[in-house]
Amino acid sequence: MDELHELTAAYALDALDADGQRVYEQHLAGCERCQEELAALSDAATALAYAAGEATPPAELRGRILDAASAERTNVVPLRLRRRPPLQALSAVAACLVVGLGIWNVTLQHRLDHRSALGAVLADPGAQRVALSGAAGEVVVSQKGAALVLDRGAAPAQKTYEAWLIPAGGDPIPAGTFDRGGAVLLHGKPSAGMTVAVTIERHGGVDAPTTEPIATAKLA
Amino acid sequence: MARELAHLSDEAVLALVARSEEPALAEIYDRFGAVAYGLALRVLRDEGLAQDAVQDAFLTVWRTARTFAAERGAARTWILTLVHRRAVDLVRREQRRRTDPLESAPEPVAAEQTDQLAWLRFERERVQAALRKLPDQQREALELAYYGGFSQSQLAERLGEPLGTIKSRMHTGLARLRELLEAEDTQWTSSTS
Repeated sequence: MDELHELTAAYALDALDADGQRVYEQHLAGCERCQEELAALSDAATALAYAAGEATPPAELRGRILDAASAERTNVVPLRLRRRPPLQALSAVAACLVVGLGIWNVTLQHRLDHRSALGAVLADPGAQRVALSGAAGEVVVSQKGAALVLDRGAAPAQKTYEAWLIPAGGDPIPAGTFDRGGAVLLHGKPSAGMTVAVTIERHGGVDAPTTEPIATAKLA
Repeated sequence: MARELAHLSDEAVLALVARSEEPALAEIYDRFGAVAYGLALRVLRDEGLAQDAVQDAFLTVWRTARTFAAERGAARTWILTLVHRRAVDLVRREQRRRTDPLESAPEPVAAEQTDQLAWLRFERERVQAALRKLPDQQREALELAYYGGFSQSQLAERLGEPLGTIKSRMHTGLARLRELLEAEDTQWTSSTS
């Protein structure tokens, strides 16, 4: 056991061979002491990256990476689907399909609008930004709407994150549910003095919070 | 768009990457591309391989950002660990280790991005200064492992020392480096507050 603890530094430096790495990772999964130590030693190992030496990557590397990422994304929207097939080609079956695609497109368009609205809020240089307490992240309030950035993974199974706008001395107003951390648009726009809070609720969301907030931000 | 994310923390930008926001990946590259490439080049000593390592690592960031847990560590540690691991995988595969991994080969630097470069230089000097304060044998073990891509058993063989000695040098050296860097952080904070 003790021998495995001693491997933490080597693991942080990527200095174990493949077998050693596998054995250590199995141990790590169940050892809190090593998890804590590894977090600290990995930060120190990463500092070594900054002392590696100065080098400028070729300018085209950035574009190559972004192109490859773009080509890979699974949730990419194939815009050409929005064009309808020529009418004369429609059979009854095809007609049903087009109606289906139409509905799908409406949903998709809604999602796209949501995303671009979110981007507009996040990118607004004039927005008010307040850091969350309780969890990493922030609330961004712009003329264009309000967004919440929450640095957490997925909500627990069968649960959802729910955002709230809480007026000073008033009852919390539901501001949307989401299943994983990241950036989301809030429903409604918080005003000065309101608190934005996030709770974990049962799947589907609730009308009033039933748990203590995991994160809050009070707007000035 | 990408630079407009500049006010967000690394962790918040990574949360956007997890939602497949391409500008967020561009922002992550703008923040870490240069240090990632410098690291990969130091380990691999080959520009083509270094680019491959950086590209593989950033695509891993793109694919797996949702598995990053902010409460378990900083985004920069996660990203640069992916880069380092990929570079070490490649160097072990390519057997391109040199006998002089301690020498670095600086490249000419483009004139733009001067703010970021100034910060990178500051950070580099800070870490190099901390490294210089380590006893020689500890510094050697850290540098050969991290920049040379040697495993602890290869190091023991190369230096003609028992494995236990190498393990203990790496451990003591890394823990000491951490203390030195933290002590400096504290000084920095107190001198500016």
